[in-house]
Amino acid sequence: MSIDLSQFKQTFLEESDEGLDVLESGLLALDSGTADDEVIHAVFRAAHSIKGGAGTFSLTEIASFTHVMETLLDEMRDGRRAISKEAINVLLNSVDVLRELLDAARDDVSPEMGRVNEVQAKLEAVLNAGNDQATEAQQDAESEQKEPESDGWVIKFHPHEHMLRTGNDTVRMFKELAALGDLENQVDLSGLPEFEHMDPELSYLSWTVHLKNNEQQGPIDKAVIEEIFEWVEDDCDLTIEPLISQADDTSTSERLDSPQAAETQTAADNVTPITVESDSQTVLSKEPAAGVQPPSRTQQSVGAQQKPASRKKKVTETGSIRVGTDKIDSLINMVGELVITQSMLSQMGEDFSMEKIEDLREGLAQLERNTRELQESVMRIRMLPISFSFQRFPRLVHDLSQKMNKKIELKMLGEQTELDKTVMEKIGDPLVHLVRNSLDHGIEDPQTRLAAGKSETGTITLNAYHQGGFIIIEISDDGAGLPRDKLLNKAIEKGLVTEQDNLPDEKIYDLIFHPGFSTADQVSDISGRGVGMDVVRKNIKELGGNVDVSTEEGKGTTFTIRLPLTLAILDGQLVKVGNETYIIPLVSIIESLEIETDNINTIAGTTEVYKMRDEYIPLVRLYEVFDVQPGTHRLQDCLLVVVEGDGGKAGILVDDLLSQQQVVIKSLETNYKRIQGVSGATILGDGTVALILDMSGLLTLAREIQPAQNYNNQTYANG
Amino acid sequence: MSDIQDIVGELDALTDENAEQYLTFVLAGEEYAIDILRVQEIKGWDKVTTLPRTPDYLQGVINLRGTIVPIVDLRKRFNLPEIDYGPTTVVIVLKVFGEEHDRIMGIIVDAVSDVHNLKYDSIRPAPEIKGHVDNRFVNGLTTINNKMVVLMDIDALMNSAEMDEVEQPAA
Amino acid sequence: MPRSILAVDDSTSMRQMVAFTLKGAGYEVEEAADGQQALNIAKTRSFDLVLSDVNMPVMDGIELIRQLRALPAYKFTPILMLTTEAGTEKKMEGKNAGATGWIVKPFNPDQLLNTVKRVLG
Repeated sequence: MSIDLSQFKQTFLEESDEGLDVLESGLLALDSGTADDEVIHAVFRAAHSIKGGAGTFSLTEIASFTHVMETLLDEMRDGRRAISKEAINVLLNSVDVLRELLDAARDDVSPEMGRVNEVQAKLEAVLNAGNDQATEAQQDAESEQKEPESDGWVIKFHPHEHMLRTGNDTVRMFKELAALGDLENQVDLSGLPEFEHMDPELSYLSWTVHLKNNEQQGPIDKAVIEEIFEWVEDDCDLTIEPLISQADDTSTSERLDSPQAAETQTAADNVTPITVESDSQTVLSKEPAAGVQPPSRTQQSVGAQQKPASRKKKVTETGSIRVGTDKIDSLINMVGELVITQSMLSQMGEDFSMEKIEDLREGLAQLERNTRELQESVMRIRMLPISFSFQRFPRLVHDLSQKMNKKIELKMLGEQTELDKTVMEKIGDPLVHLVRNSLDHGIEDPQTRLAAGKSETGTITLNAYHQGGFIIIEISDDGAGLPRDKLLNKAIEKGLVTEQDNLPDEKIYDLIFHPGFSTADQVSDISGRGVGMDVVRKNIKELGGNVDVSTEEGKGTTFTIRLPLTLAILDGQLVKVGNETYIIPLVSIIESLEIETDNINTIAGTTEVYKMRDEYIPLVRLYEVFDVQPGTHRLQDCLLVVVEGDGGKAGILVDDLLSQQQVVIKSLETNYKRIQGVSGATILGDGTVALILDMSGLLTLAREIQPAQNYNNQTYANG
Repeated sequence: MSDIQDIVGELDALTDENAEQYLTFVLAGEEYAIDILRVQEIKGWDKVTTLPRTPDYLQGVINLRGTIVPIVDLRKRFNLPEIDYGPTTVVIVLKVFGEEHDRIMGIIVDAVSDVHNLKYDSIRPAPEIKGHVDNRFVNGLTTINNKMVVLMDIDALMNSAEMDEVEQPAA
Repeated sequence: MPRSILAVDDSTSMRQMVAFTLKGAGYEVEEAADGQQALNIAKTRSFDLVLSDVNMPVMDGIELIRQLRALPAYKFTPILMLTTEAGTEKKMEGKNAGATGWIVKPFNPDQLLNTVKRVLG
């Protein structure tokens, strides 16, 4: 029978990805000296499993490469080899090579062997440097002794008393022997004790087996016989000698010690009594089994839950997600409750009378509760701990700090904080950018730090926690901080602000998010990849979040990212414009005002601004931008929703504010396409569709419609 | 459908693998046919939510069991005189094959008329005609009940440049 | 009644491969991802054969064999180690814990089936 192994390849590749993550984080822990024994075991096990699987699934390059890694790790595990920085670095390189090899296997292409061989050579060099154990594997090339020509074999087999306890069964061995040729078997019962002293779990017999070559099967290879006894060679006395021709049966019979067995039996007959013995064992062993039956089934299910809950990083192309069974269980519970509520309500509907109105209310409240809980549970399925995103950073920091000759310790807090899978996927790149930035511009080199009276080693801290419906991610360093004056000068130089503007410090620091604003004196290959902080902020805003910076010169910098936990639902403010209902994300809203017409000014005849306290904010007449009929043209009847978008604050003119509610976001692009100023749509309680406004897009649109403006709040003028 | 020859013809077509079923509808007095396999459902006219800054003929979007579906008014699309939506006005919800992905879209027509089996060989290429509809969106012509019917190319129509040029997505 | 086998391996792909192969040959297979899981399952029912990986988290294969042999129901049950260890050290350790024998990784489905058939007949 042949089985297509390729069907397991995907699983193997996925678990190998996980194994590589374990390897990598373990190696980094070993490097920083924070590892305990279990870490090196886990690291070894990861390499070991990849090797085993690769061998099984015929991925030979991976198998042979991991074999070298495994050997090295094995020596480290056993304490035969010190864990040196050099070895760790080579092993980390090996992890990269393995990733490439796995990717190649995934895509079914042959791997680029240049780098593989190079790293493998390095590994071998490390392996050979310490001690010369590399040659150990060659010992068991057993010298094949030339056996003389024979008619078969004489096998003397005397199991030790306890052999049965290893689960080995003499019947099996005889059956296998009988399959090789013509078998004659003589049993020696002399070891058998008196019946009352007999322990059925022990083996008392010994056998002499004549195994003759037969015509059909030809001569028997000694190795085949040895293989049959392979598992018990230490549990028995065994000799296998050639059966010399014409050694007649009687002579062997005479050698028998026990008269009871004097009759020479055929192989088949011979096996029979032993089978009985074996059966009686089985009976004996089954008996207590019934006694110990089930402590509880739950043990099993608890055990079974452990695996799916375990970590998993890579998301396969099909976009599958691994969900903890606890989440599924809670979902099933919710659905159960929903069904109960539903049947209760429908029963009530069968013969409803007004006396039952209270029950109905209660039932509906319960339905609402069930629905909300169900919604929350469903959302939880998409939630993954942020550690999936954080886990790449130890390696990144390790590699970059070496490259830059900086000493950096990375601390990660709140790794179990959960957020939506889609948000997680999209926040990865901005996070990398910010961490690189901290490494490059934040943390000083050791000399500078010492000179400033700081410890030589800088610290970068990643922290994640929940706050309301948001996840907050902080990236902080204890580095040099942002240079306030330098930033300001540069902004003036670029004409973004004027000296008279007298910006508060926070606004100055915020300038780093302005397009085209790069603070580094020279662009390094670490953070200056043509991607600026403005892109980071833009990407985060697209996720409905924001990023801010706070800093203290000489003490360090903290970037704070605020993101909605999910992209599927948002808290919205429903607003009315004419006959249309729009939804403004609550996160964009700063406040809502009644309009005082005195505060409206027109700049250059076209652009309207609204004076709010000491600020002038552009006024956006939504009905104009969207070209719909407004409910009224009287400004004093309208409301102003002050929002913050990509380009700063603005006041959105609406007819009325309706309710605030959570809305499920539906894409317009599925069946149509993206519309500027609109991020999506939702379905309201009455079944109608309402558009969700995208503040950044809307404000850009408003500026295009009312061109050539230059508001007082210069900083964010569209450059 | 009273014409006996038509009935015979359709019976032929029913058993003929070179035939397909078409849904016919009326627009400004002319009859059009679309492949019935593309029709998801036919529903009465109901209020739509308008989309800002989209072409006039894009009437808006509706909620079709949780999916947001854009609706095109075919009269407006072909610059025909507008009429008030009446009791026969329907929305035909169609599956449109696109280059990137398939879409669900609706068209507003004056009325649906019938389902017919059409043999391929009864379909003739459309000459440069002076009908309401641009030739780009016509697959061919056929005759049902002695009346000319235009076979509409739904994909060409719904994917046509005009649908896309309206607004480039914000960068 | 098909013969029942408990397959223990922390590698999902290996477990799948073993289970798939054996099920295809008509055996009934239960899977466990580590020694502790296997032990928990083994306590609730009996098996005709246990196949266990050696290197596993939580409880390794050697300890599993030791614990299984201590259960009356598993005194004589064949237990095979799935081991990549070429050296005899692990094999000996396993034997001393009560293993019946071993199958050396990497193995292909045919090799696996042959060995299992040998043991279960």
